[in-house]
Amino acid sequence: MVDLQERQAAAATAAASPAIHCVELSKHYGRTVALAGLTMTMPRGEVFGFLGPNGAGKTTAVKLLLGLVDPTGGEGWVLGKRVGDVPVRRRVGYLPELFRYQPWLTGAEVMRVHCELARLRRSTWSDEVDRALRLVGLAGRGRDRVRTYSKGMQQRLGLGVALLGSPELVFLDEPTSALDPVGRHDVRQIIHHLRERGTSVFLNSHLLTEVEMVCDRVAMIDQGRVIATGTLDELLSGSACRFRVTGLDPRQRASLSSFGDLNDDGEWIVILGLPGERVPEVVQEIVGMGGRLYAVEPRQQTLEDRFLQLLGEGGS
Amino acid sequence: MPELAPVLTIAKLTMWEASRRKLLIAVLVLTLVVVGATGWAFYQLRYSNGPGGGAQIGEVALRVLAAQVLIFVAFLFTAVLALMSVLVAAPSISGDVESNLALGLLARPVRRSEYVLGKWLGLAALIVLYAAGSAILELIVVDWATGYVPPRPIELIAYVAGVGLVLLTLALLLSTRLAGMAAGFIPLACYFVAWVGGILGGAGEAIGSQELIVTGLVSKLLLPTDGLWRAAVYAMEPASVVATYRAAGSAIAAVPFAATDGPPPAFLVWVTLWFAAVIGLTLWSFRRREI
Repeated sequence: MVDLQERQAAAATAAASPAIHCVELSKHYGRTVALAGLTMTMPRGEVFGFLGPNGAGKTTAVKLLLGLVDPTGGEGWVLGKRVGDVPVRRRVGYLPELFRYQPWLTGAEVMRVHCELARLRRSTWSDEVDRALRLVGLAGRGRDRVRTYSKGMQQRLGLGVALLGSPELVFLDEPTSALDPVGRHDVRQIIHHLRERGTSVFLNSHLLTEVEMVCDRVAMIDQGRVIATGTLDELLSGSACRFRVTGLDPRQRASLSSFGDLNDDGEWIVILGLPGERVPEVVQEIVGMGGRLYAVEPRQQTLEDRFLQLLGEGGS
Repeated sequence: MPELAPVLTIAKLTMWEASRRKLLIAVLVLTLVVVGATGWAFYQLRYSNGPGGGAQIGEVALRVLAAQVLIFVAFLFTAVLALMSVLVAAPSISGDVESNLALGLLARPVRRSEYVLGKWLGLAALIVLYAAGSAILELIVVDWATGYVPPRPIELIAYVAGVGLVLLTLALLLSTRLAGMAAGFIPLACYFVAWVGGILGGAGEAIGSQELIVTGLVSKLLLPTDGLWRAAVYAMEPASVVATYRAAGSAIAAVPFAATDGPPPAFLVWVTLWFAAVIGLTLWSFRRREI
């Protein structure tokens, strides 16, 4: 009886635990630091965007959380179990970045192998495979060999494999990298569907607009550390304004940084964190310096603006 | 501790993979051709004047001749088996890691040790099945053509399969760290070096050179393929041939197609330990491999 109560208490604790929680999780390869110290919490049932420039340690973090590599330091928990726990992987799905399935198998056979490895009941395999194939738009192609699949179809197959057995947590590592616009739209729909079902989705992507469209919460990492985390509302509270300007030399353009963080692509100057009431002051300044102003577009800050702003702060 | 279910799943997948590859089909077709061709040759041994022409040599001489030809045919099979073992094992783990296939498999509730043991078990089952199937077929054909059956056919199959398993195990160990080409080339090179080492050891026994005897012993311990091959040769020799060789003295030890004794029990214990050690090393190596 006590044992049953203890198990129920443990189950309740596990259910109440975040999908992912880690403290100073790090990975070093010799002298190379792949992940300096990841500290973050991903609540359950949310779509969590994990962003960072190339080489920031995103994929290393995913591998650490899945127990595919051992951490050099720190601690982490996935679905209430310590990182590296093998049984918890029955409740986790994973779509790796740049993968290739066995080309000699059919799509349905690949899925059946994963049903078996995920220890799903044999009687459910056929239904699971059919459901996953339908969900990722491969119904009717399950009997074809993987070698006949296009890159986009392989990506869809990988997504289907990750969703077998209705996992509680799904890691998607660059899920739209090989997909055309229709495929990307379909993936977004699938992610929305997962969220409605209460599945936690860890989305590793560098496509910021995609992340902005589907994620509830975001963590941004750079050089192996989280530099910002929060809901999209929390992160993108700032306003921005962009100006199409000619006739200013680089020094004059740079001088506009006194109004806020500057993002200058040569044609457009974006000033981040600029309150609306200060826009006329900027216009006056540009005109005063002899610049020719063609357009002024106040707008809400985008994830890309915020991302670049944070990277700029980190680098300065 | 590794669990059986994932080991068997990976083993099944490994065998499934091999069965869908053209390599296995090519080897099977080639084997049937070779068995057919050697059957015809054995038939000619018995009826040298052609079918129904009657035997030209006595039964004892025919048995000795059949035994000798069978040893050379078995050598050919062993070489093919060695090559096949290395070709299937060398890219096995490294290929999965390079294609990121291993990431998908190991993100399931599968331990690395279960993955490695499953790979080994699947490949080993393939090699043993091929060795047993082809050997039984060849022995049936030889029996049909000449009426000769080697004195210890089960041991023959076990030792020939053992050669394949040794090379498969070594190639799988190397596959945890090296790309397919290197992981395949090294065991094959070692196989030939061990073969020469066995001849040198035998020559040492013939001339009483302690250095060469030690060389042969070391090579036999490091890679027991030649020792297993000699054991297979002994399993194919009729008693009369063994008696003749024993009478010939120690010089016969240098001949790689002759054996005067079966494998000592200590050698068989060593082979068992060798498998345990190399598989253990493979588990350790892959456990530490960054994927």
